[in-house]
Amino acid sequence: MAKRDIPEINAGSMADIAFLLLVFFLVTTTMDSDFGLMRKLPPLIEDQVDTPPIKDRNVFVVLANANDQLLVEGELMEVSELREAAKEFIANPSNKSNLPEKKETDVPFFGTTMVSKQVISLQNDKGTSYDLYIQVQNELAAAYNELRNELAVEQFGRSYDQLVEAGDKDRVKAVRKIYPQRISEAEPKDVGR
Amino acid sequence: MSKFKKDGKKGLPAVSTSSLPDIVFMLLFFFMVTTVMREVDLKIKNDTPEATEIEKLENKALVSYIYIGEPQDAKKFGSSARIQLNDAFAEVAEVAGHIEEKRSEVNEAEIPLLTTSLKVDQKTEMGIVTDVKQELRKVQALKISYSTRERLAQ
Repeated sequence: MAKRDIPEINAGSMADIAFLLLVFFLVTTTMDSDFGLMRKLPPLIEDQVDTPPIKDRNVFVVLANANDQLLVEGELMEVSELREAAKEFIANPSNKSNLPEKKETDVPFFGTTMVSKQVISLQNDKGTSYDLYIQVQNELAAAYNELRNELAVEQFGRSYDQLVEAGDKDRVKAVRKIYPQRISEAEPKDVGR
Repeated sequence: MSKFKKDGKKGLPAVSTSSLPDIVFMLLFFFMVTTVMREVDLKIKNDTPEATEIEKLENKALVSYIYIGEPQDAKKFGSSARIQLNDAFAEVAEVAGHIEEKRSEVNEAEIPLLTTSLKVDQKTEMGIVTDVKQELRKVQALKISYSTRERLAQ
């Protein structure tokens, strides 16, 4: 029986088709990944429960007005100075009487440690620019992160970021317990218009 | 007659292009895997602020986006900041519906993991942002991310 050759399919246009698809994906693709400041909003409480009042010394008040000026603990301040001020407040290294109280707490890896009862209160005006708001949030987050890093390096010989990256949840939790990020946002006021 | 006869013609041999489709396919697959389709057509200016303490948004399937900023076409839509959901302008009250819609798309177990990414233009005033945040609190969409660009350390 005579062998019948199956005619070969011409694959020359394969490259063209692939190129077409390639160009389509090249055009539609966006390589940028999304970065952002992660925050958790407080749940909305319908009926006001009376919370125990927080002592003045434990609260770090940051106000931002419609002219993008900052009032920190009653003093006018630039955004660039905010980080140091917040760090000083959160850690209260020299146990000053006008900075937050500390409470003895049992923390794994650290034993009994003095943990400050700090709360940062942030209030902005309706006319505050979003840029300033983010800069303030960023500086406050940076203050916490720097303190956490210093603590982690001292205790574990590795920075907090490295611990997070390594997925060492227990140590990360312990560091967070000493410097919990407490940024409270007050309901906005409409002043200065 | 010499033993080593030279050919008359001696042109360059053609470079084989048969592996070209393979190379192109390789590139194609790379782009197909890494590609993220553009989510929406922006109708607003969206120049997000810069920050350093940022985290990467993981799992894009679980993120809903809210855009806020001045309309690009200021003649038509005015110059005050507007909210954009999907492909259209929206009012603050429509934010809740947008979140519910996203919730119905995902698995029930994944609802607590849903994140709302606020892509807000840096010139926007906080008033509208706060209104949106209040609306998100009402529907218990508490995980948010303020979308920012990365600022390189000085």
